[in-house]
Amino acid sequence: MPTATAVHLADSAWTDATIKFTNTVGAVAGFLGVLLLIFFAAGRATGRFSRPLAVLVMIGPAILLLLVGLVIPLIRTVYLSFYNDDSTKAVGGSNYGWALTTESIHQVLWNTLQWLVVAPLVATGTGLVLALLVDRLRGQALYKSLLFMPMAISLVGASIIWKFVYQDRDPSQPQIGLLSQLAISLGWDDPPNWILSHPLNNYLLMIVMIWVQTGFAMVVLSAAIKAIPDEITEAARLDGARGFQLFRHVTVPMIRTTLIVVLTTVMITTLKAFDIVRTMTGGNFGTQVLANEMYSQSFVQFNVGRGSALAVILFLAVIPLVAYNIVQLRKEREHR
Amino acid sequence: MSEQLAPAPPPPGAGDREPPVKAVRRVFSNPLASLLMVVVTVLWTIPTIGLLVTSLRPEEDVSDSGWWTVFSDPNLTLENYHTVLFEGGFGVSGGLMPYMVNSLAISIPATVFPLVLAAMAAYGLAWVKFRGSDVVFFAIFALQVVPLQMALIPLLQLFSGGAHIGSVTVIPAFDLSGTYAPVWLAHTMFAMPLAIFLLHNFIAQLPRDLMEAAVVDGATHFKIFRSIVLPLSAPALASFAIFQFLWVWNDLLVALTFAGGTPEVAPMTVRLAQLSGSFGGRWELLTAGAFLSLIIPLIVFFALQRYFVRGLLAGSVKG
Repeated sequence: MPTATAVHLADSAWTDATIKFTNTVGAVAGFLGVLLLIFFAAGRATGRFSRPLAVLVMIGPAILLLLVGLVIPLIRTVYLSFYNDDSTKAVGGSNYGWALTTESIHQVLWNTLQWLVVAPLVATGTGLVLALLVDRLRGQALYKSLLFMPMAISLVGASIIWKFVYQDRDPSQPQIGLLSQLAISLGWDDPPNWILSHPLNNYLLMIVMIWVQTGFAMVVLSAAIKAIPDEITEAARLDGARGFQLFRHVTVPMIRTTLIVVLTTVMITTLKAFDIVRTMTGGNFGTQVLANEMYSQSFVQFNVGRGSALAVILFLAVIPLVAYNIVQLRKEREHR
Repeated sequence: MSEQLAPAPPPPGAGDREPPVKAVRRVFSNPLASLLMVVVTVLWTIPTIGLLVTSLRPEEDVSDSGWWTVFSDPNLTLENYHTVLFEGGFGVSGGLMPYMVNSLAISIPATVFPLVLAAMAAYGLAWVKFRGSDVVFFAIFALQVVPLQMALIPLLQLFSGGAHIGSVTVIPAFDLSGTYAPVWLAHTMFAMPLAIFLLHNFIAQLPRDLMEAAVVDGATHFKIFRSIVLPLSAPALASFAIFQFLWVWNDLLVALTFAGGTPEVAPMTVRLAQLSGSFGGRWELLTAGAFLSLIIPLIVFFALQRYFVRGLLAGSVKG
């Protein structure tokens, strides 16, 4: 109910908003203004300095940002991973030793591996089946929109949506979590507290990722299926291929590249995502994964050495996936 | 195959004069496929509907009954939204309003900055040819491999402590804490490889004749960039802008690291992640807060779907 204090608070909230927006608009305007000035000044230059100057002005800021924001930090993180918690003493490979031998980190690595295998395979598989089903259906734009929708929202939002689905209540009380209600209606008198039940909770968390990524897989694969020339499908049908046979020997080989790109893309996202675990369990109850452990070590425990070592491990795990992915996409683009 | 020469049997259900494409379509659009799709789509949408419905129910109803009972006993209110925006109601003072403002104040510059700087770099690399421009482009392209996690600690140290080589200060420590600047900067830096790569693909393919004509007319590179390249690249710029805006709006990692958790700078995602951990019991408020953070992405998604999907497919390897 709006009380006097609330109205006052609302007032100050608007003032606060106005100030922040003014600052933001000012920053953007200032940024564009400075650029225009530089453009104007550099545009005056003539003769043999004009081209080097153009190169410097156009590319310089980007290069500087990349060096300061990515290249130097990349090298420094590798360096820090060989130092102790506050980077005062070199410790050799002991941070990596810690990561590979500690009991609790074993659990983290095992969970991460399960995520890496299960979530992408299920999301891509489901996406493929849905893409086949929706192909040539009437009103497919609507299905695709609704299935793709989770991809537009944040993983934090998605996690809250699903945390509510998994909400636990004593079975004697009216249920508010959909999953418990469903279990009870199906005759399971006393369903567990889902989020706390290890190892089931890992898979419940993966469902959030699958929920988000399936629509992505479906939309991409559906486009690939549509791109298969009609003559090929037609020829296969004339040769007597039907249903599953057609799917196995024509559809899948024709979209193989796309299929693998989708799979690796979801794998990369899965490997790097820490939002779901952080929002739903905070890494407790045996659900911790690499990306969230890296964050906790670095910014909660303030152990820079261990955090950096975990980041490097993550980096090494991602490299082959991204490299493969980028090469494939590039090939496909050249092909067109 | 043995019946290679024999006329193929007509596909089941196909009439004599029906063209083959239609026949295929008919086979696939069977009612079973439709039914399955409807079931799956409903299944996919239910969790979000549950969130929306709960955010619209009064407190007592939410804690006393499941949201699905609303269909037999409709009782809706907007009060949760008022509470969560302006009053707080999570046992803490202040609502989500400042965080919502922060989300916008972070996302807009963090979209404009990389968009403009990357377009400049893309043009420079594609049209102001210089020795080594291919190498530079490939290096930028390769940087897409680096996960954000690799850059967080050193960048945070840089923002808070400056950079030193021995005892020589290379970059002084800026006192940026409590401002949006570190978040803007971090997002801009992390966006560069993908943005340059995407925009370069587009800008490099603008018609050569047009560029040469402009040079003959005496236009400088800056003039060409502003009056030819930017307008013609609008579709690519729009795709990237939408992708980047949503990426920043939905981001938790960069915001958590560089903005901290204060109402001065932290965006919605950071606050919601905190609340979800500590105040999970007040579902009518948490759901209202979550839905507030979803509104903008949903509007962008349904209004600009075509651009959105294109940008998203291109950007799927980011981060």
